[in-house]
Amino acid sequence: MATLQGMSAMEKTPTKMEPDEVSKPSNGRPQPKLLVSALNFFYGKRQALLDVTIQIPENRITGLIGPSGCGKSTFLRTLNRMYEIVPHARAEGRIELDGQNLMELDAMEVRRRVGMVFQKSNPFPKSIFDNVAFGLRVNRIVRRGELHEAVERSLRRAALWDEVKDSLHDSAYKLSGGQQQRLCIARALAVDPEVLLLDEPCSALDPIATAKIEELLFGLKKLCTVVLVTHNMQQAARVADVTGFFLLGRLIEFNTTEVIFKTPASRQTEDYITGRFG
Amino acid sequence: MSPRLVWRKSVSVMMLSLTGVCALAGVSVLLFILGYLLWYGGKYINWDFVTQLPKPVGETGGGMANAIVGSAKLLLLAALTGVPVGFFGGVYLSEFGGKTFAFLVRYTTDLLNGVPSIVMGIFAYTVVVLPMRHFSTLAGGLALGVMMIPIAVRSTEEFLRAIPTALREGALALGASKWKTIVKVVIPAAAGGIVTGIMLDLARVAGETAPLIFTSFNNRFWSSGWNQPIASLPVMIYTYALGPYDDWHRQAWAAGLILLLLVLAANIVARTVLARRSTAREM
Repeated sequence: MATLQGMSAMEKTPTKMEPDEVSKPSNGRPQPKLLVSALNFFYGKRQALLDVTIQIPENRITGLIGPSGCGKSTFLRTLNRMYEIVPHARAEGRIELDGQNLMELDAMEVRRRVGMVFQKSNPFPKSIFDNVAFGLRVNRIVRRGELHEAVERSLRRAALWDEVKDSLHDSAYKLSGGQQQRLCIARALAVDPEVLLLDEPCSALDPIATAKIEELLFGLKKLCTVVLVTHNMQQAARVADVTGFFLLGRLIEFNTTEVIFKTPASRQTEDYITGRFG
Repeated sequence: MSPRLVWRKSVSVMMLSLTGVCALAGVSVLLFILGYLLWYGGKYINWDFVTQLPKPVGETGGGMANAIVGSAKLLLLAALTGVPVGFFGGVYLSEFGGKTFAFLVRYTTDLLNGVPSIVMGIFAYTVVVLPMRHFSTLAGGLALGVMMIPIAVRSTEEFLRAIPTALREGALALGASKWKTIVKVVIPAAAGGIVTGIMLDLARVAGETAPLIFTSFNNRFWSSGWNQPIASLPVMIYTYALGPYDDWHRQAWAAGLILLLLVLAANIVARTVLARRSTAREM
């Protein structure tokens, strides 16, 4: 019943979901990069997302928070259609990437344009160089002579270049956990994605490694639109421009980070961010 | 210490010793066989044995050069037929297999693995030897190749499955196609295990005798072509061990040792190449 109230509140007051700063492109504010409407998601018969509608602003960091199992990772995986590799998973609704229907695009094309960094860093068992070059090679993005330059650029963007420039051909497994995660970010950035999805990228990292990644996220929003799923509310408060709160498969509230953390409209959001549950 | 704790500790020590004893028993059987072969076979291995053809029946001396080359040719054919089918079959089961069909394939390969090798020989005899009207190297290689398939399929599948999904997701999330993901990420990551599995598979069929008796038969001379019968080490061992001459028995021991050494050498070469490749590029 509580969630139903949350839903109806959202439907009645759409302005709360679409904060002024985000929804009005005319005044030079960012356009919605991703437009999701009435998204329902199912794993077999179990429904994981209920009627999610959200506009992800361009060149901003969108934070998604919520307790475990609330659907935020599932939601993230609809944005690059990674859910399709899960058997019996199915999405209903509409997702637009720059006005194009994401479901009608080719999945490989979508994933090239919408990059992803996973919770647990997953470098390939290859050299650092080959990890970053992987996406460039399979997508045939750069010419052979420009490969080295492109790899360097991506590693610089991920703030990893100085640490690895002398060991580019060593195994990626030699890097520390935080470095591996930044390598995965570099690898994702190499193909020049328009959107970068990060699924709890710091959950396995220590505070120093986490701080480095947060710092680099600030720089990344100039290059692309960032969507960050996080377990850590302080992280969302620190880095996100806008924040969405998920609970039991619903998007309860979506607003600027300041509003979400200082004056949330929903009781559930307030309970969650003040630590009363979750 | 309380009696309860003493009991728990002694059970732990007992079980640990039991595993140690069993491991030792397994290894000692292998060492015993190896020692026995070295002792009996080692004495009779000489230059003639590896370079000469068998002497006419009744004369002593001579060698098994033709059988050594024959076994190599048969294994080459076996690898050419069995490895691609086994490897791609394993890739299919691990990466593409639907539920029902994959179950069917898996079940059938396990069943095929249990088929006695002599039945495989009869199968190859029926489909190759009978239509061609004579024994041939091709038939023997094919019989061994078919025997390789089940283990090649299942070991390839197991090693590919052991690769974490996270790696596949990482590649797919970069816009790689499923096939590129498999070829560029999954298979390289599993290459060590896959090659080892296939080498063990080859080693296993290298010693098969029964399927060859019906197919490549035997030959006391150099085989004149892929279409003709050919000598092989296992069939020579079988023939010589059953023969009435002491010299034949000695040569059978020597041939057994040669077969073992060849298999060992192939394994070592494969592992070294693989280890060097992975240290250079990956680890």
